[in-house]
Amino acid sequence: MELTTWLNELLSDNLIFTPQTLGYYWEGLVTTTQLVFLSLLAGLVLAVPLAIGRSSGRRWISLPIYAYTYVFRGTPLLIQLYLIYYGVVFFDGIQETFLWPMLREAFYPALIAFTLNTAAYTTEIFRGAIKATPRGEIEAARAYGMSQALMMRRIILPSAFRRALPAYGNEVIFMLHASAIASVVTLMDLTGAARFVYARYYAPFEAFLFVAAIYLCLTFAILYFFRFLEKRLLAHLKPA
Amino acid sequence: MAATPLPLEVRNIKKRFGDTEVLKGLSLQAKQGDVITLIGASGSGKSTFLRCMNLLEQPDEGDLIVHGEEIRFKQTKHGREPADWKQVVRMRAKLSMVFQGFNLWSHMTLLENIIEAPVNVLGKPKKEAIDQAHALLERVGLSHRANAYPAQMSGGQQQRGAIARALAMDPEVMLFDEPTSALDPELVGDVLKVMRDLAEEGRTMVVVTHEMSFARDVSSQVIYLHEGLVEEAGAPQDVLNNPQSPRLKQFLAPKY
Amino acid sequence: MLDLHGYGPRLLEGAGVTLQLALLSLLLALVLGLLAASAKMSRSWLLHKTATLYTTVIRGVPDLVLMLLLFFGGQMGLNLLTDLLYDRTGIDLFINLNAFAAGVLTIGFIFGAYMCETFRGAFLAVEHGQIEAGKAYGMSNWLVFRRIRFPQMMRHALPGLSNNWMVLLKTTALVSVIGLSDMVRVAAEASRATHEPFTFLIPVAVIYLMIASVSEWAFARLQKRYNVGFGEH
Repeated sequence: MELTTWLNELLSDNLIFTPQTLGYYWEGLVTTTQLVFLSLLAGLVLAVPLAIGRSSGRRWISLPIYAYTYVFRGTPLLIQLYLIYYGVVFFDGIQETFLWPMLREAFYPALIAFTLNTAAYTTEIFRGAIKATPRGEIEAARAYGMSQALMMRRIILPSAFRRALPAYGNEVIFMLHASAIASVVTLMDLTGAARFVYARYYAPFEAFLFVAAIYLCLTFAILYFFRFLEKRLLAHLKPA
Repeated sequence: MAATPLPLEVRNIKKRFGDTEVLKGLSLQAKQGDVITLIGASGSGKSTFLRCMNLLEQPDEGDLIVHGEEIRFKQTKHGREPADWKQVVRMRAKLSMVFQGFNLWSHMTLLENIIEAPVNVLGKPKKEAIDQAHALLERVGLSHRANAYPAQMSGGQQQRGAIARALAMDPEVMLFDEPTSALDPELVGDVLKVMRDLAEEGRTMVVVTHEMSFARDVSSQVIYLHEGLVEEAGAPQDVLNNPQSPRLKQFLAPKY
Repeated sequence: MLDLHGYGPRLLEGAGVTLQLALLSLLLALVLGLLAASAKMSRSWLLHKTATLYTTVIRGVPDLVLMLLLFFGGQMGLNLLTDLLYDRTGIDLFINLNAFAAGVLTIGFIFGAYMCETFRGAFLAVEHGQIEAGKAYGMSNWLVFRRIRFPQMMRHALPGLSNNWMVLLKTTALVSVIGLSDMVRVAAEASRATHEPFTFLIPVAVIYLMIASVSEWAFARLQKRYNVGFGEH
């Protein structure tokens, strides 16, 4: 009884956690999730062939890929975002294509920047895992008459993906955190929502601490998801 | 007389690493059912010679004839290479190798290891490969470990599993590269027993080993290599019991 | 040549701000990292828990959110504090938390958490036998630390330090969001004003790459020095 009155008082005093502001945060969560999930997915799809190319002995294949990963890993994501957000207008004829209505909004330039960024990091993660394939296992595959392509598909990649799992989990968390800069180009992601609430009520602690708590929960969810995956997929590396 | 082709014949293999010539012209003929043992001190070239037989190392000179089919080579700027990699793949499928370090694929269970190459290289139906794998696992005494991952097995189990993997290819010739050298002494016996059984059933085998009792009891021919050349070769009772060359005498002498 | 519509000098100034910010934050991060690592390994329950809370929370929240919280929240907190001071004592004080200080504090605070993990891992990686051998030859604790533990620890810590520094360098770009005129902010302003984003953003990207490349080279030399005797080439 006392608890409910206390709760009611608290809520009626409270300007911030009204259904309306919670709604902003919810929308922000949806945008952040879409942005991070889609860019990770697209980045992963790009990274697999890039990592294979990066591991190739032929320098005309591996060198350009290295240049790409070097540039995207060596410069701030914010610069990459600005370049695409401000720069996309300057591609000749793009304003006449069907893509323009999408690219004019901040969401798609942000998605492109994030995708290219995570693809660069993921490429290097996979390359490291491919390089770490035990020599003997490759030799056995050759000795049993596997072609290069079959060996890549059946031996090298499956074991490399498993080895890459812990590092990739970190990359996923990194992308979640990095996505906060989407708010800089006017996107209403989680951080964008917090900045909006801050500006509206001038309540920095409530606005930012609440969003920090949401990010913390998301981070832990990702962390535990990857721990669970590792437990299932890396069981083979542990002695019984 | 039209003889059936020899399972494996190598002629005058030469191989150099940089400035050192490690194989100076080695030949070998394996008839059906032969067990040929290669012995020699470390650095004598015996493992390199074996690895040249399935082209894990590219010999600089010499011929390789597998079941009557000669491997074609071409000269490139990187040295001599096989002219047709499809031919090499076909040839390797006929010679299956057992490694010193087992080299089971670590992300697959033992059963998956055994059916991998038969299904994906030979194109065998999966069901058939699985049935065969179970039979082979029983032979090497590992039926209970079919679903274990390599890291969960002892070295001896891994090596017996690797032999089952080699057998699943229905090979013309089995190549063994020091199969017991990485094992704890108490695990060597199980592996050697499996190899003896294989010899008795008439498998053609080329074995690099330090196990002199295996060489003496099982092989049809022993070849002693020294610095990339054959120093002495022949039937085990001649070579091992009555060595002619002083080096081989010293090699065979009790160490303590 | 480097006029860039008059933005050249400002851009150069911005690069100076970026570099100062990065180096000062690094210093703060190293100090905090060492302190937190010692706390984490200490026998005191409270110190251990505090350090763990610090590293967990920091690494679970985006840098930008922490920066916004500290910059906007910090100013408000300071104002509340000075108001309180005025009410109680009549002293009228106005402290303005400038963006540079907020930047250094936040980035240093964030990377202190990452440095903590690096130091802790490196500290634990030194084999116990090495320490025992030192003690067995009559070395004092301090001598063991200075001559044996520290040099060996650096070998393990350097890859992590190098990595943290590279990430820290890129994180400085975020201060442009809270109004500090680093080179990213100058370039973004110039891009908007002139509608020539590539003219400004690409040189800035190149400067980042140059700093990163020089750092990489420097760390490789250090690594070589501390790898003596470990067979790494």
